[in-house]
Amino acid sequence: MTSPTHVNGDAPEAMIARDMVKKAAIIGPILIVAFGFIWGVHGALSTAYGLAIVVANFVLAAAMLTWAGRISPGFVMGAALFGYLIRLSLIFLAIWLVRTASWVELVPLGITIVVTHLGLLFWEMKRVSLSIAYPGLKPTSASKESTSK
Amino acid sequence: MSILAQATTAAEAALTAADQKSISAAGYAGLAYGLATLGPGIGIGYLVGQSVQAMARQPEAAGMVRTTMFLGIAFTEALALIGFVVFILLKFV
Repeated sequence: MTSPTHVNGDAPEAMIARDMVKKAAIIGPILIVAFGFIWGVHGALSTAYGLAIVVANFVLAAAMLTWAGRISPGFVMGAALFGYLIRLSLIFLAIWLVRTASWVELVPLGITIVVTHLGLLFWEMKRVSLSIAYPGLKPTSASKESTSK
Repeated sequence: MSILAQATTAAEAALTAADQKSISAAGYAGLAYGLATLGPGIGIGYLVGQSVQAMARQPEAAGMVRTTMFLGIAFTEALALIGFVVFILLKFV
């Protein structure tokens, strides 16, 4: 069996991460307003912070895997495992540094991290599974241009 | 040596019961968070290993494999994040 020295084609991770950022931009304000009603201004700020952590985590994961994929599949393995450690440490650090700040409410922050992470993933999974099952329905830039005209 | 032992005993005696309880709670919370990250670590290793094998066997399907691999990694990581959030809430709230 011969293994490829690098992975061919476009990087799907970057595409998925970009799509997730767009979805987070849609759902973020709704979540911030909803949690702001429950926990006040501090709750809204904590929700925005949690949302930023989740989005940064996805973007960083995609960037690391894309970079590793250009080098070799073996490197993807290392990037995934060390990336997991690095990203968890960064999330830990990001929360540890602000845990005593006056504007931080830990409950909405924690809820936001879990709910946004899972929510965005399920939303993206639905889109990806649809585009894999029915590739003809996958939105392209050409179809967007034709609908806008 | 005995001076050191005496100093340790004095320091232990100075700690109140509440201090000792909070120290042991912090230790257990850290242990729980460590255990919570262990499972996803194994899961991600297995997932990526199988994906790399799939890409080596079928390089033309690499795009699809990488897409599902990325989502799989993120889903597995959600377990560690839940463990982390529970740790934070138990420790600081």
